Amino acid sequence: MIELKINGKTQQLDVSGDMPLLWALRDIVKLTGSKYGCGKGLCGACTVHINGEATRSCVLPVSAAVGQEITTIEGLSENADHPLQKAWMELNVPQCGYCQSGQIMSAATLLSKNASPTDDDIDQAMSGNICRCGTYPRIKNAIHLAAKLATEVK
Amino acid sequence: MNFLQNIGIVPLDDAEVALNSEPTVQDEMIIQNVTRRSFIKNTAIASSSLVIGIQLSSASAFSKNSNKSLFDPDVFISMDKAGTVTIMSHRSEMGQGIKSSLPMLVADEMECDWDRVVVKQALGDSKYGSQNTDGSRSVRRFYFRLKEAGATARTMLQNAAAKVWKVKPSDVTIYNHQAKLKDSSQVLDFSDLVEIAATLPIPDKATLKIKTESEHRYVGKDNMKIIDAKDMVTGKAIYGFDVELKNMKYSVIARPPVLFGKVKSFDATETLKVPGVLKVIELPALTPPAVFKMLGGIAVIATNTWAAIQGREKLKIDWEHGKNEVYNTKEYENNFIEALKSPPHVVRNRGDWDKEKESADKVLTHDYYVGGIAHATMEPPAATAIVTDKGVDVWACTQTPQSAQNNAMSVMQIPKENKDSVRIKVTLLGGAFGRKSKPDYVAEAVYLANETKMAVKVLWTREDEIKHGYYHSPSYQKLSATFDKEGNATGWYHGMVNHPIGATFNPAAKQAGSAELGQGDVPFDLPNIKITNGESDTFLRIGWVRSVTNINNAFAACSFADEMAVESGMDSKDYLLKLIGKDQHIDLIKDGFKYTNYGESFENFPIDTARLKNVINVVANNANWGEKLPEGHGIGIAAHRSFCSYVATVVQVSFIKGKVKVEKIFYAIDAGKVINPDRVKSQMEGAAIFSLSNAFYGEITADKGIVEQSNFHDYEMVRMAQVPDIHVEIIKSDQRPAGVGEPGVPPFSPALCNAIYNASGRRFRRLPLNQFGIV
Repeated sequence: MIELKINGKTQQLDVSGDMPLLWALRDIVKLTGSKYGCGKGLCGACTVHINGEATRSCVLPVSAAVGQEITTIEGLSENADHPLQKAWMELNVPQCGYCQSGQIMSAATLLSKNASPTDDDIDQAMSGNICRCGTYPRIKNAIHLAAKLATEVK
Repeated sequence: MNFLQNIGIVPLDDAEVALNSEPTVQDEMIIQNVTRRSFIKNTAIASSSLVIGIQLSSASAFSKNSNKSLFDPDVFISMDKAGTVTIMSHRSEMGQGIKSSLPMLVADEMECDWDRVVVKQALGDSKYGSQNTDGSRSVRRFYFRLKEAGATARTMLQNAAAKVWKVKPSDVTIYNHQAKLKDSSQVLDFSDLVEIAATLPIPDKATLKIKTESEHRYVGKDNMKIIDAKDMVTGKAIYGFDVELKNMKYSVIARPPVLFGKVKSFDATETLKVPGVLKVIELPALTPPAVFKMLGGIAVIATNTWAAIQGREKLKIDWEHGKNEVYNTKEYENNFIEALKSPPHVVRNRGDWDKEKESADKVLTHDYYVGGIAHATMEPPAATAIVTDKGVDVWACTQTPQSAQNNAMSVMQIPKENKDSVRIKVTLLGGAFGRKSKPDYVAEAVYLANETKMAVKVLWTREDEIKHGYYHSPSYQKLSATFDKEGNATGWYHGMVNHPIGATFNPAAKQAGSAELGQGDVPFDLPNIKITNGESDTFLRIGWVRSVTNINNAFAACSFADEMAVESGMDSKDYLLKLIGKDQHIDLIKDGFKYTNYGESFENFPIDTARLKNVINVVANNANWGEKLPEGHGIGIAAHRSFCSYVATVVQVSFIKGKVKVEKIFYAIDAGKVINPDRVKSQMEGAAIFSLSNAFYGEITADKGIVEQSNFHDYEMVRMAQVPDIHVEIIKSDQRPAGVGEPGVPPFSPALCNAIYNASGRRFRRLPLNQFGIV
């Protein structure tokens, strides 16, 4: 048994320690918001937070996530009210939407460390996330907007 | 021959089905008040108070299903007692926004409060007409009939209010989910009217007042929020990969590395030792033609995806590769070059190119090569199936639920009359670009569900998606122009050869295609034009990828037009306008070209050079064309009509220390009437970036018949830092709505390479560009 703390809830999973966290989340815990895109840490669709750090769950064995705070897109906010989620909806960022949970999780880590990132900061922080539909310009604008929304809330 | 076969994208059977059921604007639409009819048994419908069915398919398609009720409506607008309006989306949502845009059109015409509209995804069923969501035609084909449907529902609510107030319908106005009585403050909500409306007859079409453009409240407005956005940003949206059924098993498949290869023998001993692996099943070997059939191989069934992937790695398979083992992409380029020396298929011939070439003062000739492209949808193909005594149920990210249904029926050998026992539920699609209109993965899921008698989800890994695709074919092209002694262009020649899509459906197909997509329909006003296609064998599955052969045809044609401008010492934009020439509707038929115009009539969708020139002028103006650029910077332009839309693109680049960087991108699109400008803009943004990935990195190659790329490290996509802001102007137009999903792709790569030339003096006639070390 592997014990994981996911979105604040501790759960026992009957999986082998080498199973990547992504498949444990999706197939065992049935949290399908974290997406498979490459299985090699190349595209960022599977991004979750481990203790607040954006992490590619497709290459992280569950054994390495034991004792850590795991946050998935489902646990990012109570009611879709994280500034990034609000900004994403305001600017109609998604096309197919598949990569967006990973994009938002990467962006959330950025904003948690850098309240008003520049374009270059965003380019750097988001370089591990691919969007084949081509929503990059809107993602960038939405991160700027979210930074602004977050400041206004404070 | 019909359109679909002409462009080589659909096999005969499917083409006939699609053509017979694809509605055209001339078809009669039938609208029924379903509530009023006593035969309703469908509980989903019975719980609603007002149900209006719009029969989207032609009468002929319905007569084929004569065992079913003629009044079985296929698109419903329904309203419950609370006044919530449910609109069915019968096309697949893959990022193009169709699930938002078509319902917006209905809701606007019906005067709904958008916040009280729910959109549901329809099942796959031929009663909808073709649901094949490709070819950039959803809005093109359904604009007018959905407006009529919405107006019908609005008029019924108006009539219901008139009945309540005992006044003439003309004394009632309908606005934002309410009826208002003339000269009074009285209002009734739709919820107050729904039960009365449900008893009323469908109003005569002639009495309907269809909204004008200026009366639209949602259509054409820039601030509409997309359906599903909240689910997408909270991880709740369900894609094909996300389907979960009770006791479902997970499967990945080891497919033959070479197309039409077979399993000689295999050993699954180690596989079956992997915890979680339940079974190993050999799939039937694939024989030509490939169509949408399973590729064959060995499937591993497990209790989770990871176990299945681990189990697959431990399979020992001895493959018999078969005859496609001879294929090497790089070497085959010589065959392409040979095939273009004297191509046997002359598809368009105006004037006398051959004679002109002999006598011209100058002839300019260049060759172009564009690599093969994989779809690389962020969500690889996936399908879930369960087979029970009640039939077959499939959940899949499919562009074409009816082809998926046909595919499932052939796997299960279910006769046509029992097609209703195969139910295809369409999930959201995590990108599609044409890949998900080929439901081979649905066949796999159904086969395995039937073999195991379990619910099975088949997941394609990224490696599967890259190595076993339906690729955009590599192509080789020869372009020539003739000039008189004043330097005026007098002739145009474009020869093209690729592996035809047709070979996926008919192994004997050799003629490169398709000239209809951006080669034969070249819009230049020159007295001599000759368009040819060579012949080629085919070794991989070739399929349509977003904008299809427009990708390579427009790259070569729009690059070569720029080379002619340079040769003539003229400004690229001015020269392009000069080549297009006078305002006219080009008559390709006169030149002997059997051009089917994306399935549309020339009357409704002429090739209008004025519209093409307009997008060029607009985009050039927005891009400040002609301004002095910094050292090392350059600008390029290209314009292309495809899917009946006109798109012009300007790209600005810097080319410094041998590396290219895209600095600015401008688009102008004339797609006729536009429902959802924000989604049109997002499609242009997406098309630019899709095309930039293709131009920088897009090259699938094979050696010994085996695709050499496997994942995003060797089949790369552009990243955020490589993409600048993209400016899009949508031309205001009263013309019929045309395609949007694909037309933004073709002009981008030539505009990019024209800009690189302008910046550096280096002309790139081969894509992708990463082979030159400049990316």
